[in-house]
Amino acid sequence: MSDAIIQLDNVCKWYGDFAVLKNINLTVKRGEKIVIAGPSGSGKSTLVRCINRLEEHDEGDIVVNGTTLTRDVRDIDTVRREVGMVFQQFNLFPHLSILHNCTLAPLWVRKTPKKEAEALAMHYLEEMRIADQAHKHPAQLSGGQQQRAAIARALCMNPKIMLFDEPTSALDPEMIGEVLEVMVDLARKGMTMVCVTHEMGFAREVADRVCFMDAGEIIEEADPETFFTSPKRERTKLFLSQILGH
Amino acid sequence: MTPPVTAAPPTAFHRKRPVKKIGVLGWLHANLFSSLFNTVLTLLVLGLLVWAVPPILDWAFIDAVWHGTTREACETVGGACWPFIFQRFGQIVYGFYDEAARWRVDVVYVFGAVGLAWLMIPSLPRKGWVGAALLTLYPLVSFVLLSGGWFGLPVVSTEKWGGLLLTLVVAAVGIVASLPLGVLLALGRRSTLPVVRILSVVFIEVWRGVPMITVLFMASSMLPLFLPDGLELDKLVRALIAVALFNAAYMAEVIRGGLQALPRGQYEGAAALGFGYWQSTALIVLPQALRTVLPDIVNNMISMFKDTSLVSIIGFFDLLGVIQAGATDVDWTGPNTALTGYLFAGALYWVFCFSMSRYSASLERQLSQGDRR
Ligand SMILES: Nc1ncnc2c1ncn2[C@@H]1O[C@H](COP(=O)(O)OP(=O)(O)OP(=O)(O)O)[C@@H](O)[C@H]1O
Ligand SMILES: [Mg+2]
Repeated sequence: MSDAIIQLDNVCKWYGDFAVLKNINLTVKRGEKIVIAGPSGSGKSTLVRCINRLEEHDEGDIVVNGTTLTRDVRDIDTVRREVGMVFQQFNLFPHLSILHNCTLAPLWVRKTPKKEAEALAMHYLEEMRIADQAHKHPAQLSGGQQQRAAIARALCMNPKIMLFDEPTSALDPEMIGEVLEVMVDLARKGMTMVCVTHEMGFAREVADRVCFMDAGEIIEEADPETFFTSPKRERTKLFLSQILGH
Repeated sequence: MTPPVTAAPPTAFHRKRPVKKIGVLGWLHANLFSSLFNTVLTLLVLGLLVWAVPPILDWAFIDAVWHGTTREACETVGGACWPFIFQRFGQIVYGFYDEAARWRVDVVYVFGAVGLAWLMIPSLPRKGWVGAALLTLYPLVSFVLLSGGWFGLPVVSTEKWGGLLLTLVVAAVGIVASLPLGVLLALGRRSTLPVVRILSVVFIEVWRGVPMITVLFMASSMLPLFLPDGLELDKLVRALIAVALFNAAYMAEVIRGGLQALPRGQYEGAAALGFGYWQSTALIVLPQALRTVLPDIVNNMISMFKDTSLVSIIGFFDLLGVIQAGATDVDWTGPNTALTGYLFAGALYWVFCFSMSRYSASLERQLSQGDRR
């Protein structure tokens, strides 16, 4: 199928003897938005980190944008150029200004000319509504601003896919909204997105599918409507009642 | 029913931050006599200063001899013997470097001083270029000028190098070479390639486990026995290599500390953006790691600078060596000559080390500007 941009076939991974991912099958089509939910330790982070090879899987196949992930460094480089990632802890480079955080990868990885890279960075900082912070250092920004800068930084590589690993979990409540807002914008523009998040409002609003993970397996996969109103598995019901219950 | 509570309208706030007045007495109280313990400490330190400082100043300046050309001038007085320093100044600065060629040393000194000053004065532009020239062009030019043999400059053998010149050459080579070598060793020690890692560990641990003096002895007398026939390395070059490698091992451990302090997220952020190993090391990892350990790096450099005096053990006359040799010379033996020499040498070492310390402090201030919230 040509419009599958991410394809995971029977992916398994172990930490020592502990199986973190057990026969994961997942297909993401171009432009699709997937939300991954599940209890702590169920393997959500590990799963998304396998997609851009921050973690190596032990068995099965992962094909991203036509490239099969192998040990070959060139394949990994190809995939990482097309896949942007946003972390819970932002991982901005503290020694560089926000603008330089955004231009560094285009300049050195994509070899974009300086003028162009800066224009690109300002464009995305504008979209993330933090263009006025461009010349500050990360430590001078609030958490919400830092996370939006991190999203802008990833977008500057013009990725085809964006991975999010709990992008709002490290934020104060009043900053979660501003980050989710720009993520919704991004979804509306047609970006392919895989988001680990517990923001169920976000899942309802933009997700095409919600995958529920437990103990290294995807045990339920459904469109948000079905997922929230009539989950099939007991584990999912329990999880939903815990997360929506209060 | 109670009327709804309305928030008070925001009042305009026009007050300036109050100025805190302290005054001399307030300062004294806050800094010197804030508690009984601090008062006792203050008095003790004051007593110590009154007891120790005037006699030293008396000896060094007031009772000192300033004029004269021979040791006779110093024989009758109980103070410092400055003529010794004046008479031997040439040796202290150049060693036994041919007098006709000393202008070459001067040129090297002037270029070095101008270049360093350029880097230290914040308002001057193009620091990158000056720094690069200082690290590449300058050593080349200095080498040609100091050793001669090119462009019709007569050769001055390294045996004649000495005094401040030798101290600065050894210190500069040690400091400049140990940093990049240390970086490579530190990276090697954290490498995922077992061969690279093991070699780095062995190198670091061997050099760190041997005293500097042993290393110098080996470089001066043992190394020639192992070198293949026909290959002869100048004794100074051998000593310089030994100093550079020895210090690189220390530098490596300091830098490794900086690498370890870097959160894993930084490596992951870089990898996710597509940076390869060398790119992320050069652009993201090292700038942060080196900055974290800058105080330790400078601390190492200062200690390296002072350790250069150990080369006198293998027959070189560095700054301290020249002064010591001069003071034991029959022309100048006297109760105060050696002391004057040591005081002068100590003061010179202190000036250099203190400058390094101040420069690093200002660099730290500049680099930490982005941290302020
Ligand atoms: N480097 C590692 N070595 C050993 N075990 C690990 C390692 N990283 C993760 N694990 C284990 O793997 C399991 C899955 O981890 P993962 O981080 O993917 O969970 P998660 O679903 O993202 O959880 P959370 O919601 O807490 O982020 C956990 O039980 C964790 O303890
Ligand atoms: Mg996680």
